[in-house]
Amino acid sequence: MTDPIAPAIELKGISKAFGPVQANKDISIRVMPGTIHGIIGENGAGKSTLMSILYGFYKADAGEVWINGRKTEIPDSQAAIAAGIGMVFQHFKLVQNFTVLENVILGAEDGPMLGTSLARARGELRALAEEYELSVDPDQLIENLSVGHQQRVEILKALYRKADILILDEPTGVLTPAEADHLFRILDNLRAEGKTIVLITHKLREIMEITDTVSVMRRGEMTATVKTAETSPEQLAELMVGRKVLLRVDKVPARPGDAVLRVENLRHVDSHGVERLKGISLEVRAGEILGIAGVAGNGQSELLEVLGGYADATGTVRVNGKEIALSGPGSDGGARRACGIAHVPEDRQTEGLIMAYTAWENTVFGYHRDPRYQSGVLMNNALIREEAQDKMTRYDVRPPNPQLAARNFSGGNQQKIVLAREIERDPDILLIGQPTRGVDIGAIEFIHQEIVRLRDKGKAILLVSVELDEIFSLSDRIAVMFDGRIMGERLPDETDQTELGLLMAGVTGDPSGDPIKAVEASLEDKAAREAASHD
Amino acid sequence: MDKMPAWADAVLVPLISILLAAILSALVILAIGESPLDALNLMVEGALMRSSGWGYTLYYTTNFIFTGLCVAVAFHAKMFNIGGEGQAMIGGLGVALVCLFIPFPHWSIALLVATAAAAVFGALWALIPAYLQAKRGSHIVITTIMFNFIAAAVLNYVLVNVLRPQGAMDPATATFPAATHLPTFQEMFATADNPLFRGSPANVTFFLAVLACVGFWYLIWRTKLGYEIRAFGHSESAAKYAGISPVRITIVAMLISGGLAGMMALNTTMGEAERLVMNATEGAGFIGIAVALMGRSHPVGIFLAALLFGFLYQGGAELALWTNIPRELITVIQALVILFTGALDNMVRMPLERIFLATRRRNG
Amino acid sequence: MDFATLLQVLDSTVRLATPLLLACLAGLFSERSGIVDIGLEGKMLAAAFASAAIAAVTGSVWLGLLAGVVASTLMSGIHGLASITFRGNQLISGVAINFLASGLTVLIAQDWFGQGGRTPSLMGSGRFEPITLPFAQALSGVPVIGPIYAELISGHSILVYVAFLMVPLSWFVLYRTRFGLRLRAVGEAPEAVDTAGVSVVGLRYAAIVICGVLCGLAGAYLATGLQAGFVREMTAGRGYIALAALIFAKWRPWYALFACLLFGLLQAVALRFQNIDLGGITIPVQVMDALPYILTVIILAGFVGKAIPPRASGEPYQKER
Repeated sequence: MTDPIAPAIELKGISKAFGPVQANKDISIRVMPGTIHGIIGENGAGKSTLMSILYGFYKADAGEVWINGRKTEIPDSQAAIAAGIGMVFQHFKLVQNFTVLENVILGAEDGPMLGTSLARARGELRALAEEYELSVDPDQLIENLSVGHQQRVEILKALYRKADILILDEPTGVLTPAEADHLFRILDNLRAEGKTIVLITHKLREIMEITDTVSVMRRGEMTATVKTAETSPEQLAELMVGRKVLLRVDKVPARPGDAVLRVENLRHVDSHGVERLKGISLEVRAGEILGIAGVAGNGQSELLEVLGGYADATGTVRVNGKEIALSGPGSDGGARRACGIAHVPEDRQTEGLIMAYTAWENTVFGYHRDPRYQSGVLMNNALIREEAQDKMTRYDVRPPNPQLAARNFSGGNQQKIVLAREIERDPDILLIGQPTRGVDIGAIEFIHQEIVRLRDKGKAILLVSVELDEIFSLSDRIAVMFDGRIMGERLPDETDQTELGLLMAGVTGDPSGDPIKAVEASLEDKAAREAASHD
Repeated sequence: MDKMPAWADAVLVPLISILLAAILSALVILAIGESPLDALNLMVEGALMRSSGWGYTLYYTTNFIFTGLCVAVAFHAKMFNIGGEGQAMIGGLGVALVCLFIPFPHWSIALLVATAAAAVFGALWALIPAYLQAKRGSHIVITTIMFNFIAAAVLNYVLVNVLRPQGAMDPATATFPAATHLPTFQEMFATADNPLFRGSPANVTFFLAVLACVGFWYLIWRTKLGYEIRAFGHSESAAKYAGISPVRITIVAMLISGGLAGMMALNTTMGEAERLVMNATEGAGFIGIAVALMGRSHPVGIFLAALLFGFLYQGGAELALWTNIPRELITVIQALVILFTGALDNMVRMPLERIFLATRRRNG
Repeated sequence: MDFATLLQVLDSTVRLATPLLLACLAGLFSERSGIVDIGLEGKMLAAAFASAAIAAVTGSVWLGLLAGVVASTLMSGIHGLASITFRGNQLISGVAINFLASGLTVLIAQDWFGQGGRTPSLMGSGRFEPITLPFAQALSGVPVIGPIYAELISGHSILVYVAFLMVPLSWFVLYRTRFGLRLRAVGEAPEAVDTAGVSVVGLRYAAIVICGVLCGLAGAYLATGLQAGFVREMTAGRGYIALAALIFAKWRPWYALFACLLFGLLQAVALRFQNIDLGGITIPVQVMDALPYILTVIILAGFVGKAIPPRASGEPYQKER
């Protein structure tokens, strides 16, 4: 018999490190049965790691997991399923060319023949659909379903396996607002039936709307657990971002010149047919830093890819008044570099650097066709090496050894190699994404100073970062992106993190009003439109 | 930091893999009741202790250098070209056509033109799979396999129905004109009192192969094209960031690969047989896979691996002549080399990495 | 062409399609689990030799068959070790297996029998004899249907019937059983199987073993049914044609049957007639030889319906970090 008031989930002192990175530090939480518990925090705060431990994907370095008042070992997902835990991953684990029914029974079949399993699942699905508003056509192929319906299949999978505890990792990240609303109704129903739900998200609106209790995570630590009714979006935003000392960057006020980069009505559709940029317009002037704030996945990466020349788009982009091609010939990275756009990409490991190349080879990556680096038909490697040595010294890359492969440098030093390469080209425009992601504190300061120095030389800088601190300390103007659109522009002196946080969640109204109402108002017409386009 | 030093990955892993292949080969020889040591002796005797043995060894080496480079250049672009065999066959067709139909005044001009023809024919045969991979995503491994068989059918048709001289029985072209005869090692190095390389097929093409190695090194490590090929091979996403077109690199790398395979035909068709026969390639296109894997796609490694396989080929022929061990022993060794260096490399690498990590931890 | 010739060609189609079909279904199981297998040729060859050798030594074709299956499955095991356990390159492993079989078979044949890499000719119980189906004799007099039954359907060796029965059986296993569901899932989305608490490695090894067994049957049929004994390289590219058929069939059992019958027909026609005269236009025999490969390339290029392989094929599975 289980103790009737025992928590459904209790984590005691969970710690987990990946190499030098402490993803979870001594985390303890209690989630009572029949409640929805939110876990909120910025990207990389350690939320997903924690839940992966609960689902048996990772083994915690220390700590205990208690389920329904019993200490439980969860070495693999099988054990998690047996303990009544179901997980809806951010990236669905569905077989695309299987039917809904087949996906639901996979791994939970009744016997060696499918017939009976399918028949039973069909009945069960019908019952679940009625009970929780989870209707999905059981014979439809997953690849023909909308994302929202695919998510329902994931929930059905968990319920079919008799899960009492449901973990949802960023469930609305890929949903339209209408779908998200439907999801919340489902979660409501599940709670009413006594299921325990853990909702991982970085969206304040969701926490306020649906959870009973909420825990805030920051940098691998659990900073607070509060009752949702007793908190406010503003307080949560503060807890989430933390009041750590800002890394101050010494900079004089910007003296912006003419607009160097002018973007109008930029639209981009990705390879899955999803519109990622929905009419972006912005301009960056010489001698200023325009910071793009926003939660990851709202189109910032695509904006950089389009401007950097490796994703097609429609709309107009003018560089120094001259329109540039956005698709077809003359729109590749080489053409962009030729017209004075340099780009420090968001992911230096898969884009900015060839990890297997030496540092010196990487110092010309993207500029390797420059006639300067050729001597006859061969590349002038001696010159490249010489320049590399010089750049590495000046940008304080450690160790300053151009012969070392890029993968052998620390994150900060890798970033300095990229930065040296792009800045030394003396571009008119610098696109820079997540300049200090995975970079140690010492290097952050250096990188920030270099960016400001470049601004003061009269260059136009477009900065994309999910770190609000960074946006604040570097930007001369801040634009907030949400769902492929610019939600608004603010001057750093005239706004605060709370206001930006709300903009990042898609709220454009007056923050002193009811933020939830404001969100719903702002999304209503869009939701209706998308719902219409789905059916 | 890397789990183990670069030299260990570049030298130790292939060496241990080859050692494993050698041990297994020795066991195979033991199993069929022969002595591995005697066999090795016989092979060394036959392949390396006489100049005519060297003449054969280097003849085979020439083939394997070309096909090894062919596979390697594709490897650098992260493609697996199994079509070297077919590309070499079609390259041979190019050689035969120019040798038969252009009246050359001197062998050197013939060699130049034939080289161009071999490379162009081989490259064109690789072009269709390359285009289909680049533009339509058809897996190049499967298409190049299919093109090997199609090449065989094309060659068969051409030899039987078009180029076979009147009245001849075997599917082969007429013998090439004497002006296209390439100097053999015997003609180049033998003197009246020192009959070197007697009767062996090694010829001037060997030097072309060595040149190809040097050219390959320059191409891959010293030109911007090589820079782009390697970058694309390491990371397609980074290549796109840098403005390197995946379509262009895929096609260009395969053209070079096919061209190198085609050039192999110079050695067999122009240098040795002096006519185009049906089975001129003798599986050298496939041995190129083993050579490239073992040589780690580096021309020095490829040269050494080609030499080893040249030795094995000639030594294997000697074995077949003097013992009960058939030539197919070499195929087994080739298979084991491919298996250990190409597919089971993690089996060797993982324990090695653990050893290096442990030593490093103990030292600091 | 008269009726009798047609029957002969069709009869030979059935026999030539049999090894293709078995190998094609073998590849189907492997590739449906996400393991690309270009080593079908090698496995068939190993099985052909082992079955002929053991049948020659023991005089029992059934022991031969068993040996063929074991040899082929051992080859599969190597492939599994390389591609599942050590997450190596599946393509390279397949190539290695083809050469391994090509070399070892001749090597061992020479050692055992000393006949230049062939086995002694099989006779009597060392071969699979044709089976005369009931009433074949009695019905052969009936026009059209009689000869079709007596000559086309009846009179093949047991493995031919096994091969054709394998088609509905494979279909049933793949689409109607728990194992089949999981097998198909692991080739499409191993992470879905893994998070559902089912072993990816276990499933893939199971598929590899089935592949080995079926290739074993294919090879054994070549050496003990279609022909009487092993000769070097006797598979003659059939493993690759089976691979082509698999792509042509879009990795589906019933389509595989038709693809193999088509490719078998091409082989039968090429054997029966050399150059085909079609009202003044002569189709050379080489076109027949190359046609399976050409058709496959066209399919691969997506010009006639796209052949989409299982999504996870060729990719070693590693839990995401």
